[in-house]
Amino acid sequence: MSFLKTLGTKPWLHDTEPGGVAYAGPDTEAAARIALRFVLAVVGVLFFLFIITFLSRSQYPDFEALAGAPWQPFTDPTRLWLNTSLLFMASVAMQWGLGGTRQGKLNVAVTGISAAVFFTLMFIVAQMDLWLHLQSMGYYITSNPANSYFYVLTAIHALHLIGGLLILSNIVFRVWYDNKLESLTAPLQLCTTYWHFLFGVWLVLFAILSSRPETINALAAMCGF
Amino acid sequence: MQHVAIADQPDELHDPESFIAKYVWSQDHKVIAIQYGGTAIFVGLIALVLSGLMRLQLGFPDTFDFIDPSAYLQFVTMHGMIMVIYLLTALLLGGFGNYLIPLMVGARDMVFPFMNMLSYWVYLLSVIILLASFFVPGGPTGAGWTLYPPQAILEGTPGYDWGILLMLISLAVFIVAFTMGGLNYVTTVLQARCRGMTLMRMPLTIWGIFTATVLGILAFPALLVSAIMMILDKTLGTSFFMPVLVSLGESLEYTGGSPILFQHLFWFFGHPEVYIVALPAFGMVSDVLSVHARKNIFGYRMMVWAIVAIGGLSFIVWAHHMYVSGMHPAFGFFFATTTLIIAVPTAIKVYNWVLTLWRGNIHLTVPMLFAIGFIFTFTHGGLTGLFLGNVTIDLPLSDTYFVVAHFHMVMGVSPIMVLFAAIYHWFPLMSGKMFNETLGKWHFWCTFLGTYAIYLPMHYLGFLGVPRRYFAMGTTDFIPDSAQTLNAQITVAALLVGLSQLIFLYNILWSLRYGEKSEKNPWGAASLEWQTPDQPPRHGNWGPELPEVHRWAYDYSVPGVKEDFIPQDHPVTDEERTDGEGGHA
Repeated sequence: MSFLKTLGTKPWLHDTEPGGVAYAGPDTEAAARIALRFVLAVVGVLFFLFIITFLSRSQYPDFEALAGAPWQPFTDPTRLWLNTSLLFMASVAMQWGLGGTRQGKLNVAVTGISAAVFFTLMFIVAQMDLWLHLQSMGYYITSNPANSYFYVLTAIHALHLIGGLLILSNIVFRVWYDNKLESLTAPLQLCTTYWHFLFGVWLVLFAILSSRPETINALAAMCGF
Repeated sequence: MQHVAIADQPDELHDPESFIAKYVWSQDHKVIAIQYGGTAIFVGLIALVLSGLMRLQLGFPDTFDFIDPSAYLQFVTMHGMIMVIYLLTALLLGGFGNYLIPLMVGARDMVFPFMNMLSYWVYLLSVIILLASFFVPGGPTGAGWTLYPPQAILEGTPGYDWGILLMLISLAVFIVAFTMGGLNYVTTVLQARCRGMTLMRMPLTIWGIFTATVLGILAFPALLVSAIMMILDKTLGTSFFMPVLVSLGESLEYTGGSPILFQHLFWFFGHPEVYIVALPAFGMVSDVLSVHARKNIFGYRMMVWAIVAIGGLSFIVWAHHMYVSGMHPAFGFFFATTTLIIAVPTAIKVYNWVLTLWRGNIHLTVPMLFAIGFIFTFTHGGLTGLFLGNVTIDLPLSDTYFVVAHFHMVMGVSPIMVLFAAIYHWFPLMSGKMFNETLGKWHFWCTFLGTYAIYLPMHYLGFLGVPRRYFAMGTTDFIPDSAQTLNAQITVAALLVGLSQLIFLYNILWSLRYGEKSEKNPWGAASLEWQTPDQPPRHGNWGPELPEVHRWAYDYSVPGVKEDFIPQDHPVTDEERTDGEGGHA
């Protein structure tokens, strides 16, 4: 409610002392945290809108969910679980590496970050392999809107991961040159949050893309489609 | 006492020395603002010429051989998209947002200067991609600025091949640029304000820009999603938006998508976009009115609340653009109601502007003329919005010139009036020179009166039922011949208004070179941007010490004070404190 309280102040009165209220000080870390929140908001809105259109599009007669009937690829979602575990490992490794930087343990930090990068790349490769697998089964991007959504959503999710990797490599190399482990903590914290967020996004995508038709229909009905 | 701000590292205080670092790859928010502004005005002029070509065809059909139906539709489309996105959004947020935010909140620069620079260059890339579509086979897209599928990507629509692709890619690139800039604007406002600059002491300009940026950050993804899906429909043959259809006698392979889905996505972006343009304009006009009326803005808190309320409501009105697309009557009722509700905070703002003028010491300077002009054009455009927001009145008026007149008054002319007010108002700060007052007044009267000569009759054409986007009327019994006379008159007025913008360009360019040196803070403004040690402000804005703010930005005509304004960084005197209300409630 502090925002409402802020909106209620009367700036034309002079009874309040200046300062102390808003100026947060020279805090680049806080600025970066706020920026990250907005980035997550943008990414969240992006995927949210994709999912809403997915639910809307699912109510058209040509839509065939990717799970349900025994021959559908995600009726048995083992491969998706496998990929999920890779991204989960990446998230855990990031957290571990972050713990290492906080405690000043260079070895843990390096191992954690390297493992995170490895598992993230493995996840992306595994997703691409899943694409090939689907294509070999005849599930092309144009053959059904559910397929289209699968390819598009996984591709955009992977692009966000690749973007994260680029940022991460930039941070790591900067620290490498500075040779100050402690300056890695704050940016790595932001990267770790980003990784966890993308893992969360993936779980939502996983759930929705591997849903059976009745689940999708129920969700679409809840949204008014 | 010296405060170290974000982006206030000692090395950043050194002015960049080489020409390239100073003016090309600059990370200074003021240079980036000018780059944004220059590029936006350049593409805006292209869009202005396109509108002139459009009007030539409408006013004098069968006269100009080089304007065929395809070219006409391409002019319409490119004019609309350039004006809304690449001129207004870019100039208001990229231009004025960049210039004013750090100066008005007392920061040395944006918090992420490198990303800020990147934002401009990516924006320039999006402009280049957009303009490239004039030179590809088939030319730019002629799908209308709303780019509705299926026709936008079907054979028969101009630019259905390369043009539409370049348009969609350009939009996607623009969104990336906007997001990078937008992150800077919101973070700088939230984190880099100087000591004493509480949120409620910020000038309304900053509130407008801040809220508009938040809207943009949340609304542009909708455009991005629709652009991605349409690119895939076009290139790979997916069926997100494309229904089963037969085009030019040929069955296409689309399996049954939903064009309405695109409309929802587009307007979920499109309506907030109106406020992305309007809110910064609301903020800037409030400040210009207050300064030139020598009076504090009436109802400051109400103005802030209205900006925030409009921002929130703007996300739940989008389907009022889609009444004729077919929707459940209950939805129509819902969206009509929210549309009328959003008129309430908007009306509050208009009342407050008028009440700011009431008993003010009005100086009819050029910026003030444009600001008062804005109150007129915005009120007229806003009132016709009430007509169109109602389903039953919208249905017969939809896709007529009434709609064209409405949105041009409310989000074409009005923000541009504010942009001119803002350019004239802040020109002395940005350049250190004064513009020519007489030429500025000529520019105002030609633009203001010319605008009415264009758009008032256009409302009447709409009532007659003249449809928009038509290359030629053909044989239509219900439209009297006199409508053509009116169209010719509108065209003459439009060309004159277009030409009168040359006065503005000449004035600005001439004044930059030969203009008189402006005295410091020539309008006697209280807000922080005018209190910099140098005018125009140097790199780092504030010299060795950051300012400290002690009051709001509207202390004008304070009783018992020698000057008729007190700058924001002047400490509060004991008399003021004991006075409680500061003598000016």
